[in-house]
Order: sequence, then structure tokens, then C-alpha cells
Amino acid sequence: MREIVIKTENLSKRFGTFTAVNEINFEVYKGEIFGFLGANGAGKTTAMRMLCGLSTPSSGSATIAGFDIFRDTDKIKKNIGYMSQKFSLYENLTVLENIHFFGGIYGLSNQQLKEKSEVLVNKLGLYQEVNKLVSSLPLGWKQKLSFSVAILHEPKIVFLDEPTGGVDPVTRRQFWDLIYEASDSGMTIFVTTHYMDEAEYCNRICIMVDGSISALDSAPNLKLKFKANSMDEVFYALARGAKRGE
Amino acid sequence: MPMLDINDNIKWTSEKEMNPSLMVNAALSAEISIQVKNLVKVYGKDKTIAVDDVSFNVGKGELFGLIGPDGAGKTSIFRMLTTLLLPEGGSATVNGNDVVKDYKKIRKSVGYMPGKFSLYQDLSIEENLNFFATIFGTTLEENYDLIRDIYIQIEPFKKRRAGKLSGGMKQKLALCCALIHKPTVLFLDEPTTGVDPVSRREFWEMLKRLKAQNITILVSTPYMDEANMCDRIALIQKGKILSIDTPAEIINAYPDILYKIKADNIYHLYLHLNEFQYTKSCFAFGEMLHVSFTKNMEEVQSELLNYLNQRGHQNVSMDLVIPTIEDCFIKLLSN
Amino acid sequence: MKQLFVFIKKEFAHVLRDRKTLLILFGLPIVQILIFGFALTNEVKNSKIVIFDQAKDVSSLKLISKIETSRYFEIDKMLQHNQEVEEAFKTGKIKMAVIFPENFNHDLLHTNKATIQIISDATDPNTATMLNNYVTAIIGDYQAQLNKNFEVPYRIVPEVKMLYNPQLKGVHNFVPGVMAMVLMLVCVMMTAISIVREKETGTMEVLLVSPFKPLLVIVAKTIPYLILSLMNIVIILILSVFVLELPVNGNLFLLFAESTLFIITSLSLGMFISIQTETQQTAMLISLVGMFLPTLLLSGFMFPIENMPKPLQIVSNIVPAKWFYIIIKSIMIKGLGFAAIWKQTFILAGITTFFILISIKKFKIRLA
Repeated sequence: MREIVIKTENLSKRFGTFTAVNEINFEVYKGEIFGFLGANGAGKTTAMRMLCGLSTPSSGSATIAGFDIFRDTDKIKKNIGYMSQKFSLYENLTVLENIHFFGGIYGLSNQQLKEKSEVLVNKLGLYQEVNKLVSSLPLGWKQKLSFSVAILHEPKIVFLDEPTGGVDPVTRRQFWDLIYEASDSGMTIFVTTHYMDEAEYCNRICIMVDGSISALDSAPNLKLKFKANSMDEVFYALARGAKRGE
Repeated sequence: MPMLDINDNIKWTSEKEMNPSLMVNAALSAEISIQVKNLVKVYGKDKTIAVDDVSFNVGKGELFGLIGPDGAGKTSIFRMLTTLLLPEGGSATVNGNDVVKDYKKIRKSVGYMPGKFSLYQDLSIEENLNFFATIFGTTLEENYDLIRDIYIQIEPFKKRRAGKLSGGMKQKLALCCALIHKPTVLFLDEPTTGVDPVSRREFWEMLKRLKAQNITILVSTPYMDEANMCDRIALIQKGKILSIDTPAEIINAYPDILYKIKADNIYHLYLHLNEFQYTKSCFAFGEMLHVSFTKNMEEVQSELLNYLNQRGHQNVSMDLVIPTIEDCFIKLLSN
Repeated sequence: MKQLFVFIKKEFAHVLRDRKTLLILFGLPIVQILIFGFALTNEVKNSKIVIFDQAKDVSSLKLISKIETSRYFEIDKMLQHNQEVEEAFKTGKIKMAVIFPENFNHDLLHTNKATIQIISDATDPNTATMLNNYVTAIIGDYQAQLNKNFEVPYRIVPEVKMLYNPQLKGVHNFVPGVMAMVLMLVCVMMTAISIVREKETGTMEVLLVSPFKPLLVIVAKTIPYLILSLMNIVIILILSVFVLELPVNGNLFLLFAESTLFIITSLSLGMFISIQTETQQTAMLISLVGMFLPTLLLSGFMFPIENMPKPLQIVSNIVPAKWFYIIIKSIMIKGLGFAAIWKQTFILAGITTFFILISIKKFKIRLA
């Protein structure tokens, strides 16, 4: 039996009479790359906010890295990392300043920061760029850097919110190399996206439609089940009947 | 698994060999709608080259795709063709009108949907449409035929403000607005970015119907999987065109035989295959790896299986795979 | 023409559908007028005054006790000498001195006419006027009481003297000042922002790639604000006439004509800013720092220009609000005609033409 790091039971979030997330149940295992998909308005952002401890559920329960999402939000935050395409790094700070800032937030000591930033810069091949402003880096490097910064404190789970939009296929693969490596070392990766090609890189995929989970399995199994050639078709079959978002 | 018909002798067109005048697809009308010759765009004091000597032609009624990541220069090309930016070099015509000299004529005859076009959020669907119709000197009724298919999908919500619409509906409305004056050429800059797969698919179907009405469409997208929807595509990266052809021809021209391989531990498989001596290229592709070898499969097969067995890989499966546009793009980038 | 019309209609929709814009447009002038008008009068209750009673007779004592019982006044001190009056004012606590001459009652009874000297501290002109009105009312009341019993009317004449600020600068000034400020805010900032917003949302791109004349975009943007600003002037004038009881002495038509000129000046500034900036944020910042602050500080509305250092006095000449302020004051308060303000009008028109010309010159028919 694999170790469970995320477990939700009937987790719901209501805003007034609107149920954004409706009794979702799922488990995510240690070291897994878990894809969380849904159309705009399907509730995936709300669900992820609850899991990150940013939003209190209306009902149900969940544990993240062994901590209760009602009581231990502070502990949860120490054990997770977060990266979003919209905001991840400070554009007007240098590469090194960003690494030190985010490492500092998670309470790394100066010694640790020094060692880790050296390893990181080495790994990403950013030696020439350490003292350059992040704004001057190409998008692909920014994405790799912000992922690396998000896992600097070695969290048990890292949440990625639409991480690789808009880069070329080679750069995107370099990014996924980093994700696979992190997953191989036992880190759990939770990816929300509405790009199906990105979803196919995940071990298991959970598709939300109108606030509920309408499918959860590996990409090959889902394709088999929906007699589809691609995840795009699977998603189309599931989300076509969605009422929300229109 | 379909059998592959990959001919080793197929010429792998390189960038230099391409001649724009030969690029017009014979199957399509010979009439050229958009002609781009050695177009160059340079920005700012540090002379960043956004568009680097780009040439291509789009035939009348053709659905032409510019495919490339963010920062490839797609938007700059669109803005030069829609007369919003002046090129630093080269020339371009739309419907035979020069983008610099005849900008007024172009502005009358084209439809344009910019990448971040967000309509007037505080106006309703109906108000947005009527506004743009009048600005273009026409009415909703006059060209209703053209937009009917799209408009009926959003018509039930016509009193709703654009700000309260979903991404897919906004996109449909924006397309209606760009079509309202019956343009002969339609420029769509990343119309499907940030839109969910269901809406994306519907959008491409709408484009196909428009194409049937003999409207020339130039569309850009960062999604490689959308390339197949176009008649012809230009793969573009860092301001340069890597290849121009029909999607089928681009795939046909893929020089290597490509295999999809998987095993239980895909990451370790990836690491090991990259170290394998006969591996030419190996990269992740969804749940699979796409791999090509420097030798024929008959020659490496036994050695490969041994190699993977020794490293403890289980449930290894391998099959031929037809390259996708994404494979081609990766190949072109590595050249 | 129809294009222009739908464009203007659209602009009205933008304004009318955005509560925040509406609030700034119409809430702000009302609030400003009311604050300037009433907040200043709140202090009037229990204002400290001094009394120098040289008569000490029946009438003066009666009047003093009436003043004392009024809720507006609190008698701080009864003075004994003339010099003390000035000293009392110098402490700054005293708002008013009421001085009864010797033989007050005697004069009243025998000549049917007596005077009372009322000296007010006019550094806060609004309060001074209010206090004057109250004291005069109390005196009038007493006079009426006397006259009930006698056939020959008695007259008590208050001799009002304003200390420190004899022209009562300020009291009437804030209405023209607020008008200048509101017009600046609405026309400059709102127009600039609304044009730049189209750049930000990408709608400008679509408008440029259309047969619609680019410059018309800007013209169409300004017309709704011209109309809304005129409405604002009406609101301000109604408030000042009916709520603050400040009459318009001059020609109303002239007042509106000059206001329209100033609105066009402001719109041309707004156009100019919008052409130079790319984000709403910068447009707002430039409007506030570059236009609104100078209007507040250098138009003569808050601080008299005569008292400023020479360089600032020179700079103030390029602040359009300064000229408008002079014009409006001349019309509204002094009741003067065009002959008195043609020079200022000319300068304003010059500034306006200048900005319209550069806006047209700088306007880009393409991006960047």
C-alpha cells in the first residue's frame, strides 16, 4: 500500500447558494504526479485553494501531508510548495535575490541558502545569470527557476497552477524533467491545468466538471474507458455537458 | 498500430532552401491574399529582433497557422500585417495593398482579433456587436448570414454583459465582432489561448465553416496539436520560420523513425534511454517516451532489450508512432 | 456621423454602468461643496467672544444677556479698556468683539438711533460671516421688541468690521475653486483614463484596425465628459445658490460659456495625457500630480498667489485653473461682464488650442 499524502472526504465549498466544490473524494500518493483538470469555473482553483490552506472548506474533511486542513493550516503551509504561472518570482529582483527571498520565507538558514542556491544555479545552468534581473530571463527559464524555488524547502507536496503555458516543446520538456526528478525523489506533484497535453504527463488525472469529480484514473485507462485517442477527447466527452461557465 | 510509410529519402526541407514563391499550395486558389517578404521587426534601444526575415504567402480562402511559443514573434507579424506596426525591413501586402502605404484600405477590409482582445466588459453582447457593426459602417442584420452560426450560440445571453461571460463565449463574441463587416481576410492572434478544450474544439470548427465561405484566415497558436486544423502552417521560433508546409507534409518530412516506449518507471526509463549508446533522441511525450535511434531497429532491438532488462525495467512496451507536429518542432529546434 | 453617435452612446454606457466612476463624477462635487460649505460652519456653536460695554445701561445689559443666552456665543471676558480688544484677538481664541458705545441707551431713546461696533476675526471668513449674521439677528430681535411698544421706530445700527481679511477672501471663493477642481478631475483624469483603458484592454487595437478615424476615437471619448461636466456645473451652482445661499451675481450665460471653454481646456489636457501614456495607472498619476495638485495649490483658490514667491507666481500663469478661477470669481461674485475677463478668456483659449494641436500632432495611427 502506497503512502497517502492527500486525502479528501466529501470536501465542499459553498459561496452563498453556489456550490463551487461539491463533496469531492480522492487520494493522492507519495511521489505521484497528480493532474487536476477542469474547464474554467469547474471548481479546480477553489479546490486547490482549500488544499493549500488558503480557503476554509464549508464541509467535509481533508488531510494534507498528514495535517488537517481545518486545524493545521500553518503546518500545511510549511510542508507544501506553490507555483503559479501568474505569479511566482519577483521580476525586479535578481535570480539570486529571488532564491534567497523565497528560501528565507521558509526559514532556511544562511548556510542552507548558500548551499542550495549553488546547487540550484548549477543544475539549471544559470551561472551567468545569477545577478541578472528575473525580468530579463526567457519565459522557459523563469518557469524552471520558479519551480526550483518552490521546492527549495523540500516540501512534501508541490502545487503547480498551469505551470507551462506558452513555451516551446523543448523548454517544456526540460521543465517536466525537473518535475519527474522531484517526483522520483518522493515529492508529490499536484498540477492543475486545462491543457490536455500537459495532463498526459501526469500519473493519474482527475477531471472536475461543475464542481464534482467526473473521472479519476491514469491517462491510458481514461482513454480506454472513453474510447478516445487523446486526453482532449476524454475531456471533451466529459465537459461537453457542463452547465457552468456559460 | 498503423503501419508506417516513412520513406527515408524524403527531403528534410531546411530553412534556407525554402522559397516563398513556391509555397503557395497548388491545390488552393492561386490568388494570394497575404504576401510577406523578408519582413523584419526590431524593438527598442537594444535592437531586439522580434521578427527575423520572415517570408510566406497565404492563398485566398486558406486557413494558415503560425505555430510557435510565446515570444516567437507571432504577435509582431500580426500587428505589422494589420498595419498597427511598421516593419524595419521587408514588405508585406494584404489583398494586394501594401501594409505601410495602403493602410487605410487594409483597415477597411480585414477583421482582426488581437491576443488580449477583451471586448467592452460593461457592454452586453448585443451592444458590443452593434457598436462594432456601426464602427465598421455596417449593421448586424446586413452580414448576419456570416455570423449566424456563431451568434445563435450566444444569442440567448445577448443581454448579458461581456464581463460576465465565460472564456469560450467571450471568444465567440470576439469572433463575431471581427466578422461583422464581412472581412475578406481574418487575423486571429492566439484566439484559443486560455480557453478550455471544449471551447477550443468548437472554435476550430467555426473557423472551418468560415473558410468554406472563402475567407482567408491567418491564425496563431502556441498549441502544436492545433496545427492539424490548418491547411498550411509555419512553425516559428525566435522570430524565424523553421518550416512552412501542410501539416501532413511536415510530418512526412520527419527524417527519423520514431518509437513510443514505456515502462513502469517512466522517469528511470527516460534517464537510461538517454544514456543508451544508439539513442538519437529521447524525450517525454505524455505518458510515453518518443525515441529515435541511430541504427535500424533490427540492429539495436536485442541490445536495447538487454540494456533495459539489466536496469530492471518492467513491462517495457515499444511501438512505432507517427510523429506529431510537436515532434517535428522539437526536431527542427534541435537542428 | 452615426459612428460618432454610437461611440458616444457607448461612452455613456461605460460611465453610467460603473458605480465608482459615477460616484467620483457626481458624489465628489456634492461632497466637496457640502464639506466646504458646512464643515466650516460647525464650529460656530459656543464661539468665544469678548464684550466691551462702555455704556453699562439698561439696553446694553439686556442685549448682552441675550447674546449670552444664545447657543452660538460664549462670553469669554468683559473688557474694561479699548486696548484689550486687540489683545484679545491676538490670543486667537476670540472670534468676535461686541463694543457698546457710551450713552448707548441714551442715544437710542433720544435720537432713536444707536450703533454697536462688531469686530470679527475674518481669518476664517466663513465663521466670521455666520457669527455676524447671528449677532445681527439678535440685535434685530431686540430692536423689534422695543418697537412693539413705541410708535417711533428705534434703530440699532451694527457697524461691522472684519479684522485681518476685510474682503472675506475664502467664503465665496470655494465655489469657483471647487468648480475648477471638479472639472479638472472629471475632464482630465476621467478622459485620460477612459482612453488609456482601451489601450490596455486591446480594444484600441481593434478600433485602429477599422475604418473609424482614429482621431475621432478621442473626440468621441471627450464629448460625454463635456456633457457630464456641464451637468456638474449645474449641480454645483444649484447647491451653492440654494443650500449655501451664495447668489450668482453675473450673467449665467457668460458663466456657462466660460465653463465650457475651461472644460474643453481640461479635455485637451486629458487627451494629451492619454496619448502619451500606456497604462491607466500612469495616466491617473500624471493627472493627479501634473494637473490636480497645481490646480489645488497654484490657482489661488487655497493660497493667495500674491503671497507666493516670485518663481511660483510665474509658474502659476500656466495653470489653466488660475485663469478660470479669476473668470468665475469675476462673474459669480463681482458680477462683472465679459469686458473684465476677456484677457483671461483669451489666455485659456490659447492654452486649449496649444494642447489640441500637439495632441493631434502626437496622435499615433499605429501602435508604438
